[in-house]
Amino acid sequence: MAETGARLLVADDNKVNRLLLARSLELQGHSVVLAENGRVALETLRREPFDLLLLDIAMPEMDGLQVLEQLKADLKLRDLPVIVTSAIEELDKVVRCIELGAEDYLHKPVNPVLLKARIGASLEKKRLRDQQRELVRRFATPEVAQDLDSSGFALGGHRIEATAMFSDIRGFTSIAEQSRPEETIELLNTYYTLMFEAISGQGGVVNQMVGDGLMAIFGAPLPLADPCGAAVRAALEMIEMIELYNCEPERAGKPSIEIGIGIASGNVIAGYTGTQRRATYTCVGDAVNVAARLEAHTKIVRRAILVDGATRGAASAECEFDSLGALALKGKEQEVEVFAVQTGRKVR
Amino acid sequence: MNESPIDVATYRALQEATGKDFVSELVETFMQEAPGMLADLRDARAKSDADRFRRAAHSLKSNFNTFGAHTLGAMARELEIKGMTDPACNEAALDALEAAYAPAAAALKELGRG
Repeated sequence: MAETGARLLVADDNKVNRLLLARSLELQGHSVVLAENGRVALETLRREPFDLLLLDIAMPEMDGLQVLEQLKADLKLRDLPVIVTSAIEELDKVVRCIELGAEDYLHKPVNPVLLKARIGASLEKKRLRDQQRELVRRFATPEVAQDLDSSGFALGGHRIEATAMFSDIRGFTSIAEQSRPEETIELLNTYYTLMFEAISGQGGVVNQMVGDGLMAIFGAPLPLADPCGAAVRAALEMIEMIELYNCEPERAGKPSIEIGIGIASGNVIAGYTGTQRRATYTCVGDAVNVAARLEAHTKIVRRAILVDGATRGAASAECEFDSLGALALKGKEQEVEVFAVQTGRKVR
Repeated sequence: MNESPIDVATYRALQEATGKDFVSELVETFMQEAPGMLADLRDARAKSDADRFRRAAHSLKSNFNTFGAHTLGAMARELEIKGMTDPACNEAALDALEAAYAPAAAALKELGRG
């Protein structure tokens, strides 16, 4: 990064300091924009993208500490690396700068060699952070990425009211056996694309994909006003999307796909689990187990969507339900009241 | 005034790091800015504006040290640290700073030519 040159902003009220810093940085291959006080610096940062800010502490209008405070409160700018440059005598202000998130401190007059080293280190750190963020963005849902962004990464969870959903493709193994591997993968990709769209369209989050199965959560990590209703609406949409997909010309002559969906609501524990090196956002709890069992049960009762009593109670306005009575589910001591969603269509 | 008010080693190091022509231009800029900063010190003192006083002293200190005018840098630092706590002492210190500035500026100009 340093080799190709970064875009830097220098904020200093003293013209000689500004010019000198700009010169040193330009000689190191960076492009530099100047600001004569904190207010101008902040305006410039909000207008144009920068890789790093070199910030003086003592400035009129808005000083360096105020700039750091504003940056910290700004979602878009709070990760911008800041190196404080000052000849300030008061050590407590430097300490305050570091506390406010400044990456480093350089004493003025700035030694060019030290300047180069500190800037290189800061830019490298920023590059790694950007890379990490990009990875999180790709492998986690936007909601989880946002949750990570705002709360930071910490293993451990909290209790919340949420709705869990499990879904898989019926008879997928035999479909896979009849198809070429490329076809199977393409089928799965299309299936996931459709399911993701239906689920995230209702505010849900897909947090697990295994083979042809997926698990989604409604109401975590970000709260939803009506997680039960959202999950049922998403399930209906998923069924509809699969039906539309089955009607597509390229599916002619191929086995049509059917899915089964289980939904249950209640208290779950949500959080990051795993190790510091590899972790995943997940939900555990009774509702999650029940949803998984209900999904398995869809094959036995030949219904597309099964929900528990809690979900049905909160989502009664969404559609018609058929009561299937109380069922003993594997791994559950108490029987669970099961309802099937009327999808207006028989499932094989 | 036998000794130069400018530390030549610091000045040459600056030239080496940033280029001779650039340093000459920088000295030019400083000559334009410094009288204003010195006047700022007096004005801030007259108006009892402690923040401005400290900022002006701070700026001068930093610039003096950049060019190797360490004696002046130390004088400005003194003003910055003491702020406006001792008006009588400040009056004398300001006079001394202004008196020391002229020969230092002349020496800087001379170095720029050399």
